[in-house]
Amino acid sequence: MANVGIVIVSHSPKIAEGAADMVRQMVGDSVNLAYAGGDPGGGLGTSVPSIRDAIDRAWSEAGVAVLVDLGGAETNSEMAIEMLDAERRDRVVVCNAPIVEGAVMAATEASGGSTLEAVRRTAEELSPQ
Amino acid sequence: MTPEHLHKLIVAVADAVIAHADELTELDQAIGDGDHGVNMRRGFEAVRADAAATAEKPLPDALKAIGTQLVMKVGGASGPLYGTLFLALGKTIAPDASNIAAAFAAAVQAVEARGKSHPGQKTLLDVLAPVQAALADGGPHLPARLPIVAAAAADATVPMLATRGRASFLGERSIGHMDPGARSSALMIASLCRALEELDLG
Repeated sequence: MANVGIVIVSHSPKIAEGAADMVRQMVGDSVNLAYAGGDPGGGLGTSVPSIRDAIDRAWSEAGVAVLVDLGGAETNSEMAIEMLDAERRDRVVVCNAPIVEGAVMAATEASGGSTLEAVRRTAEELSPQ
Repeated sequence: MTPEHLHKLIVAVADAVIAHADELTELDQAIGDGDHGVNMRRGFEAVRADAAATAEKPLPDALKAIGTQLVMKVGGASGPLYGTLFLALGKTIAPDASNIAAAFAAAVQAVEARGKSHPGQKTLLDVLAPVQAALADGGPHLPARLPIVAAAAADATVPMLATRGRASFLGERSIGHMDPGARSSALMIASLCRALEELDLG
């Protein structure tokens, strides 16, 4: 069984890329990792097509955990997930966690072969309950 | 509704949003991240560019096509929110628009679910919900009355405290500014109603 994949979605392409670099340093190539940042015009923001592409790139049969920064990143990620094929849609979750810490923790959990639900739980432990 | 009529309606709404993009940006700079005008202009320029092809489709498909474009092109939270509004309208509406009140109610519900929000949080829902209520009440001269309802509802967001969206980060400082999403919703409703009146389709 493949490891859960990780997608990082930020309004800023630099934050998305930088967070992905930190994840890569932690887990190497043991998890599929992709990021999306910036709006369809290249400014700060998020874009449904680029999030969908990132999910495709990070795809794993074990599912994909998505880490987001602010509101629109979450809403656009949820929209992108809904537009996936039915058999993939239920295997992608948006984690309610801080983007950098959440991505690193989620990827570390994923690299040990944990389920999508366990990966999400580990990331979300970082959020105030 | 003929394709010519539908084309006029699409262009009217798109032009209104594009023409007011700077105003939307200014409102968003006060209490948000300042991208609402730019995002909405990008989305509606795409809608406008495809208006002729979209208008050839049956009404439900045309609305879904507009919703998809907004989802793909707008970026920001307003893309999925307005995209969902149009997609949900397209899913429910009859080709002759005879069930517009019910379809609009379903679409507003879908926007609430997408935004995990409800009226009273200083968002576009504070315009969409009262418009939906007026539409459900029915009666004569709706295209003349709905823009008034929408404008008053947008004005009523000024004293509200934002509890959803980027403006909620400002807490009390969000009070005293009109919500940009409420303004864009009111604009779209006003331009649509005006075009319906001009076409005598009210």
